[in-house]
Amino acid sequence: MSLRIFIPRDAGALAVGAEEVAASFATAAKRSSLAIDIVRTGSRGLYWLEPMVEVETPAGRIAFGPLTPGDAEGVLGALVTDGAHPLRLGPTEDIPWLNRQTRLTFARCGVVDLRSVADYRRHGGYAGLTRALSLGPEAIIEEVLQSGLRGRGGAGFPTGIKWRTVAQAQGAQKYIVCNADEGDSGTFADRMIMEGDPLVLIEGMTIAAIATGATKGYVYIRSEYPHAVAAMEAACAAARRDSALGHGIAGSPYDFDIEVRVGAGAYVCGEETSLLESIEGKRGTVRAKPPLPAHKGLFGQPTVINNVLSFASVPVIFEKGAAFYRDFGMGRSRGTMPIQLAGNVRHGGLFETAFGITLGELVDEIGGGTASGRPVRAVQVGGPLGAYFPRALFDTPFDYEAFAARDGLIGHGGIVVFDDSVDMAKQARFAMEFCAIESCGKCTPCRIGSTRGVETIDRIIRGEDRDANLTLVEDLCNTMKFGSLCALGGFTPYPVLSALTHFPEDFGAAPRLQAAE
Amino acid sequence: MRPASHWNPERAAEIIAEHAGRQGALLPLLHAIQHAFGYVDEAAEPMIADALNISRAEVHGVVTFYHDFRHAPAGRHVLKLCRAEACQAAGADPLADHAQARLGVPMGTTAPDGSVTLEPVYCLGLCATAPAAMLNGRVVGRLDSARLEALLAEAQR
Repeated sequence: MSLRIFIPRDAGALAVGAEEVAASFATAAKRSSLAIDIVRTGSRGLYWLEPMVEVETPAGRIAFGPLTPGDAEGVLGALVTDGAHPLRLGPTEDIPWLNRQTRLTFARCGVVDLRSVADYRRHGGYAGLTRALSLGPEAIIEEVLQSGLRGRGGAGFPTGIKWRTVAQAQGAQKYIVCNADEGDSGTFADRMIMEGDPLVLIEGMTIAAIATGATKGYVYIRSEYPHAVAAMEAACAAARRDSALGHGIAGSPYDFDIEVRVGAGAYVCGEETSLLESIEGKRGTVRAKPPLPAHKGLFGQPTVINNVLSFASVPVIFEKGAAFYRDFGMGRSRGTMPIQLAGNVRHGGLFETAFGITLGELVDEIGGGTASGRPVRAVQVGGPLGAYFPRALFDTPFDYEAFAARDGLIGHGGIVVFDDSVDMAKQARFAMEFCAIESCGKCTPCRIGSTRGVETIDRIIRGEDRDANLTLVEDLCNTMKFGSLCALGGFTPYPVLSALTHFPEDFGAAPRLQAAE
Repeated sequence: MRPASHWNPERAAEIIAEHAGRQGALLPLLHAIQHAFGYVDEAAEPMIADALNISRAEVHGVVTFYHDFRHAPAGRHVLKLCRAEACQAAGADPLADHAQARLGVPMGTTAPDGSVTLEPVYCLGLCATAPAAMLNGRVVGRLDSARLEALLAEAQR
């Protein structure tokens, strides 16, 4: 029997040499006439240990990492002789960083052969769909409502309500659209699930289709994610061959198929209405709401549009029941959140856990502080439109409402860590600059305000009329916040104002704004 | 390095015919044109407008809206450096400065010898192995000056 070796094909692992490591294992095994079977998986999300390789043993999988191609021979030797190896991490499931997590959405990521429907089923895949089919559309929606699942893209809108609206809407054709335009810096959970367990996303979208009467789905993936595009396309083809997509899904009377669409480098297309415009073949400008996409969405038809993680969380809710899922979390934030630790962080990666863990635990204990070894000064939570939090706010629990109460947002769950060398005036300027680059141009506060914002912050940095210009920035932020159609113009003030509030010394001024707490 | 070939109206017409029947055909069509020629030639715009029964202005509007679509061929290599926050936190800014100085051109332009186009990208989703880069579609993480030098050397070959 050949030795099964699991090596990630996740872009994050490939970026640090996973492909070369895979090749070196094949070569080393050949040289020592060892029969091995290399299985390509996603990443477990322990990125500081990538490339991390796992080997199947009677006692479970054993992990090694971070490996270089030169390590393959030694690792294989250690396996054959049952000897020690300096990069041996022990049983994967016992690695404390993984062991502490509650992996519901990411249970199979890094575990399964990502292109095999059979392997997906062996690990509990499609159990949720089977149960959903037995429940029928109305009970499916009730189950999603009961689970407390809220949109994981950032807005936190209850998923069940969205689905019910589409189910009740009249339309010749209904659509399920998956927003995989994960443009926020510091986030990569969508990419990981698409590259590590794409079938869970297909299963979640299929359940949404059955609930709402939709027969056609789109996954809109950003062009910066070529590996995710390839993985999703392969998974859709595999699901079609297995009758899990197409005509009469799994022997049921329901039809549903999915098409992968690729973006073209516009951050604003992560906004749902602009994404719909883009699929329709137009400029990605934001639509005014109402009408809601649930009533008039893609091609004017009733459309469910949810984030990757929202859909990917659905199968486990059906597999284990709404109550099981709802029992995790705090307040109105139920279930688990795949949190992404990024930037200047020692232990970066994906940490899925129940809502309620504090920011400080995430950054200091789990993230292990900075990679540079210098003190953590600021963290940006929720992408380019999220607030910068200082250490003083590290007691904030990871929860939609708790972050909102402190003028922040959890967004898509990304945390970017900065050490004490960060210049917060520069970060505030970048937030405005990014908004100016990516604005779709529809609303004046966003289109023009962002450019004026860059200029005004430049004046502050140069020390020109500091007080007057600080007031002007605040005023401009208010105009953008309340005068923009979507979150790009509306939320750019979060990083800018939080930088001003919590780090006034970087703007050359004495603290002048009221702190959030 | 790039799949690009010279602009060819006959080939373009074939690509347009292949995609024109799809719902919301314009983006997949433009991607296909760019994949074939390395950029979207202005001459393609009226052809596409005609096939999709939309105005030329609408096609031009879409081509110019999205950062991905090029109006002229890129260099033989394309090096994208991530400029977003997670990479900034991990030291991407000095690396970008270094790349610009080394190639003698600003971000978003092509080196005079046509070897490499240097482009900013706002997040490759490699934020836990930052700073990140992409050379001709190949992802590179944990970028430092040595790895950047190797990429630049590769791109200038």
